Amino acid sequence: MKKLSHPHHLTEWKRFILEGKPSYNKVVAVSSGTCGRARGSLQILAALKQEIERRRLSLTVGIEATGCHGLCEMEPNIIIFPEGFFYKRLEVKDVPAIVERTILKNKVIPSLVYEDPVTGRKHPRLDEIPFYQKQTRLLTENNFRINPEHIEDYIVLDGYQALAKALFDMTSESVIAEVKASGLRGRGGAGLLTGKKWESCREAHGHPKYIICDADEGDPGASMSRGLLEANPHCLIEGMIIGAYAIGASEGFICVGTKYPLAVEHVTLALEQARHHGLLGTAIFGSEFHFDIHIVQVAGAFVSGDETSLIAALEGRKAFPRQQPPFPSQQGLWGKPTDIHHVETWANLPIILNKGADWFAKIGADKSPGTKIVSLGGTINNTSLAEVPLGTRLRKIIFDIGGGIKNNRPLKAVQTGGPRGGYIPAEKMDVPLDYETLSQAGSILGCGGLIVMDKNTCMVDAARHSLNASLEESCGKCAPCRVGTKQMLEILNRISHGQGEASDIGRLEDLAAVMKAASLCGLGQTAANPVLTTLRYFKDEYDAHIREKRCPALVCQSLAQEKKAKNSRKLETGRGAI
Amino acid sequence: MDIEKILKETGAGRRDLVPLLHKIQAAAGHIPPESIAAIAKQLRLSESEVFGVLSFNQSFTLEPDGKIRVTVCRGTACHIRGGGKIIEEIGKKIAAPAGRTPVGKEFSLDKTACLGCCAMGPVVVVNGTHYSQVSPEKVDSILEKAKTSD
Repeated sequence: MKKLSHPHHLTEWKRFILEGKPSYNKVVAVSSGTCGRARGSLQILAALKQEIERRRLSLTVGIEATGCHGLCEMEPNIIIFPEGFFYKRLEVKDVPAIVERTILKNKVIPSLVYEDPVTGRKHPRLDEIPFYQKQTRLLTENNFRINPEHIEDYIVLDGYQALAKALFDMTSESVIAEVKASGLRGRGGAGLLTGKKWESCREAHGHPKYIICDADEGDPGASMSRGLLEANPHCLIEGMIIGAYAIGASEGFICVGTKYPLAVEHVTLALEQARHHGLLGTAIFGSEFHFDIHIVQVAGAFVSGDETSLIAALEGRKAFPRQQPPFPSQQGLWGKPTDIHHVETWANLPIILNKGADWFAKIGADKSPGTKIVSLGGTINNTSLAEVPLGTRLRKIIFDIGGGIKNNRPLKAVQTGGPRGGYIPAEKMDVPLDYETLSQAGSILGCGGLIVMDKNTCMVDAARHSLNASLEESCGKCAPCRVGTKQMLEILNRISHGQGEASDIGRLEDLAAVMKAASLCGLGQTAANPVLTTLRYFKDEYDAHIREKRCPALVCQSLAQEKKAKNSRKLETGRGAI
Repeated sequence: MDIEKILKETGAGRRDLVPLLHKIQAAAGHIPPESIAAIAKQLRLSESEVFGVLSFNQSFTLEPDGKIRVTVCRGTACHIRGGGKIIEEIGKKIAAPAGRTPVGKEFSLDKTACLGCCAMGPVVVVNGTHYSQVSPEKVDSILEKAKTSD
């Protein structure tokens, strides 16, 4: 199929692809995102292909490299359809047995089956594994079924249908109305209503208008953008074209950092394919709407997470944020109205248009409809990318989906929202994952990173680590952030070296208040969250460091060494504590 | 080094600055300080603007990378799993503090905010190859492998 010049061509194309597809008895999806590849998934893929060739099964068994399957802990893994057998942590030597026993004889190989870390039960099929069973995978479900290098796989799953609907059955205004009615909020952290942002950009004076996809993921412990970009780039592209049509934008930019080469490769290819088939460029689908997307590698500094600093980076300036208003939707890139959203926000749009705003609004929490992709990391059993309805309680995410804490240690705290999020203590695990509740608890939803910490974590050290990340990423433009992070870090360093004073707590609180009130962008305004929440929920640990010169978790090295030295002195002199 | 060639293929506006710097960094392993004037001229910017952007961004360096580029992830998930000890250990082994090494050295050691593969933490990347669940004991063999594969 060449250029699509009419929406009917899409249905024809889909039929054409389906008719031309070999009728496979089995399809093996090999998880080949960055993490999978780092653990050898490409070798598994090659070995599977070779074994299938050797046995002359190429006509009945399909082997596909897909994006991330979410269960990073179990890489490299494969799913065998139609049964949905899930095999984990494979090695090349497992391949012949998989072909012989499972693919040809439909028998399960017990040693490759996922074992639940909580119950110890083995679950051979995808839909029986609690990790998958308990999620709501709107955005990530297709990851299993799409080879990100083939646009055809996306078309078969009704890809670009939402765009056709928007262009031919809806006006720009009615697209905006639909998105407003869905209640979709920005997934990058601020949580503004997407439809409202669109509306203000559409109404703003100035021409041309631009849209930007922020895919420069800087937060430690967050890889949800990468997961989507690598696995299903066309859903982002479709979402952006719909947004451009609604806003009246003529050019779009996808900003990616430098550490995601595979994502860049897949998105670049997807853009070329979309252009080739007339889904991007002039006269999309033969309509009068023209729009194109460029992929731009910005130079990895988190401050570009702020909308105005991302714009500065795109313009070729230092990524400094600026005062708002004027908001980017009024004056953004090169002074023109610009709408910026996170990858996940854009990716939700085809779903909303396909299924309708009412359907979407019923998922998730009242004020925060839809799902959120969360990345689970730290000392948790299932380190993973999971997708849950907003409003899901942290306990469910960490214990039911995440499989609980490694080595059955007690949970101590969860950091939500990256290094500028707060630490939620174990007794507050009934907090639902949504924008408002997390912010009342002193943290943020951010882009959805959840880092789990067990009792071996020192909370003073954890706060220090997070603050250090903010300090390194502070652009230095405004004093509260530049000086505040530095001063706070020095105090925390003193405390963790056993030189803290009782008055340090008050100093930290004062500095935090100033940073929150006076910083120019989100980075400075939230950088103190880790310190404030640890002071709020783990005050006793600060007291132990300051008053007793003791690190209860034995993490702060100089205090731990002091303890050892004291113990050895005790032995030498035979006296009690010094 | 074909910096002149790269310059010729580039547009002539401010928006081309960062992509251009990426190209030069990839081709030459650094941004040679003597090329700043030519870049500024090509893009019709002042030299100080070019220097400002390139020194602001961690992706660009003014000195060449070592032959073996070691990057240690310092994300929170890796930190909790002991990433701090790894960077110390590697620093000791290759006698370089974190940061880029001076000209002509065999190694350069760099740390990064997060590589996004938290399940594999602590993660070390050597010349593009990811090593997962690195412990201080594994550091030696990883570095040896990098040296011999050259």
